[in-house]
Amino acid sequence: MAEAHLVREARGIGPEAFEAFLGTREEPEWLRQARQEAWQILRETPKPGPDDEAWRRTDIRALSIEDLVTVMVGDGVTPPEEMRQIVERQDDLAGGLLLFDGQPALRWVDERLERRGLIFTDLLTAVREHQDQVAPYLDQVVRPGDGFFAAMNAAFWRNGIFLYVPRDLEIPLPLRAVIGLQGAPTDFSRILIVVEPGAQVTFIDERLADDAMGAAFHNGIVEIHLKENARLTYIALQNWGRYMWNFTHERASVDRDSTLDWVVVGMGAGVTKTFLEVDLVGRGATAYMSGVFFFDGQQHADYDTEQDHIAPHTKSDLLYKVALKDRARSVWQGMIRAHPGAQKTDAYQANRNLILSPHARADSIPGLEIMANDLRCTHGATVGQINEEELFYLMSRGLSRAVATRLIVEGFFAPVLDRIPVPDIRRQVDAIIHRKLGVPSEEEF
Amino acid sequence: MEDALIIRDLHVRVEGKPVLRGVDLTVRKGEIHAMMGPNGSGKTTLAYVLMGHPAYSVDQGEVLWKGQNILELPPDERAHLGLFLAFQYPVAVPGVTVANFLRAALNERRKRLNPEDKGIPIPEFRKLLREKLALLGLEDSFAARYVNDGFSGGEKKRLEILQMAVLQPEMAILDETDSGLDIDGVRTVAEGINRIFNPNMGILLITHYQRILNYIKPHFVHVMYNGRVVASGGPELALELEEKGYEWLREQFAEQPTS
Repeated sequence: MAEAHLVREARGIGPEAFEAFLGTREEPEWLRQARQEAWQILRETPKPGPDDEAWRRTDIRALSIEDLVTVMVGDGVTPPEEMRQIVERQDDLAGGLLLFDGQPALRWVDERLERRGLIFTDLLTAVREHQDQVAPYLDQVVRPGDGFFAAMNAAFWRNGIFLYVPRDLEIPLPLRAVIGLQGAPTDFSRILIVVEPGAQVTFIDERLADDAMGAAFHNGIVEIHLKENARLTYIALQNWGRYMWNFTHERASVDRDSTLDWVVVGMGAGVTKTFLEVDLVGRGATAYMSGVFFFDGQQHADYDTEQDHIAPHTKSDLLYKVALKDRARSVWQGMIRAHPGAQKTDAYQANRNLILSPHARADSIPGLEIMANDLRCTHGATVGQINEEELFYLMSRGLSRAVATRLIVEGFFAPVLDRIPVPDIRRQVDAIIHRKLGVPSEEEF
Repeated sequence: MEDALIIRDLHVRVEGKPVLRGVDLTVRKGEIHAMMGPNGSGKTTLAYVLMGHPAYSVDQGEVLWKGQNILELPPDERAHLGLFLAFQYPVAVPGVTVANFLRAALNERRKRLNPEDKGIPIPEFRKLLREKLALLGLEDSFAARYVNDGFSGGEKKRLEILQMAVLQPEMAILDETDSGLDIDGVRTVAEGINRIFNPNMGILLITHYQRILNYIKPHFVHVMYNGRVVASGGPELALELEEKGYEWLREQFAEQPTS
């Protein structure tokens, strides 16, 4: 048992580190092989720099890959009560899961659903106990070749979350997970979601760390397989501490007549670069991508989105709203791609930015790539400041400038927040917004 | 003179151009004053300046209310002193519901009066709001809509009066509250104003047309032209204007050409 308390460390992504890493794993051969292949790709992929188109606006030269802790074994520490509370057994959830400093720290699932085949567990347990449901899907939607950080995660991921909803099972209440960090300097986790035909589920994932944690590093992958006639509502809250590096590759494959409702909330981290993509691979597939982002201080966040219409008669609708304060900076780069044969594509993308201080800056770069001829693709991007007439109107009713600003910011986000079907999350997001604005929260009306 | 809004020799410039050129006016509580005049005479500027719009710079004069010159105060502090402006062109605030907006406004006021105040209890607020909605013939669902977002002209004007009903100001400036309304709309809005008006409140009703004065009986009528109040009288003055139009003002009060 003494071994369990051992913390072995290795840094970087070189052969010795990778060898040491594999030495800490007891995993089936197929997974070992997948890691080997990913690591080979990683070796051949240079760290992105300012010359790479996708990385032109996000400078990561200060990030030293050699110094990243890639190998870490330990039994962790007790997670803080606040993290436990979010996912503890409660009436309005169907299941909860906490990964803390890379270790599964809490898990429960409604037994009736579990008996009907629902799997909601940490990824290592899933590899051990549900290999047939994991192996065919891992590394299939986000591939190691998708980029430097995708390859790094595929080689070095330590644990993650696995959600599997069997055919025709409708989960009435949300499942909720927290990936929390406190002592681990790095996190290589991934989320794998498989929704079988006819199934329906709502999944909420929160990535959580305190500002006090200081510098840390997250490299995550999210893979979503949504099969025919299925429905997934996925709400992702990024609440990392403000000194973290945050890199993710996230992609959903949406099959025939399925609907993905994907809400991303970004409030934390120091430097973020995220790729969020949907592949509409089956006729009648629909994807809604909504985003609420509020950054302040020196936060920098760069979101790269892709709406890939591969099958005909597919629909996508993206609305990302960003508010920026102080010296915060955001980048949104969006691409709608209608592949050859994707007739009757109906695609929309909009990015709205609200700048709350003269030193904040937003770059908004929409894009279309059309290889079919019978479709409808539209986009809109705006960058604006608080309207003085609106402020005057609100202040004339006795609202201070601060409260008037709070109302305008809330109103700005409302159309997206209204898409979040869980009131609890809505309140939580409102509270973060108020904190960033420096005004107290009020009860909901 | 605690009970009067006193405007003295008010000179205001907009983008460097003089718009008000020495306005004098006193409105007491319990009085309704109608301010009439052709377009461009400075009526809306007067309304904005009284409420503290940041785009207007005052060159000269003072506005006294509750014993102080309010021209230095930001708009929210003027509101807390009981001033209210019903806008000619109410501003849309997308994403903010009428109910949330009004509750925030009420709570701000309570907090200024008592920093310990925890805000109006929600059941009490709902009751108040329903009562005021009914007063103006509005459905409850009106409160769930976003402030002025996609409102018709009539709905916007009714929301202004709803806000006045909830906030219960002591001095209300109503800027062209009748403009853009059909005759039924004018009647509904006017009835609302009459129900809200009380002896502890003064109203400065700015209007281009006489027709709203068929429903709201002013105690005094003033005529503004070219940045000054050029005539004042009783309700009969409004009828006279209706008859003669505004042309005669041009002949009588036009700027003397300077050589």
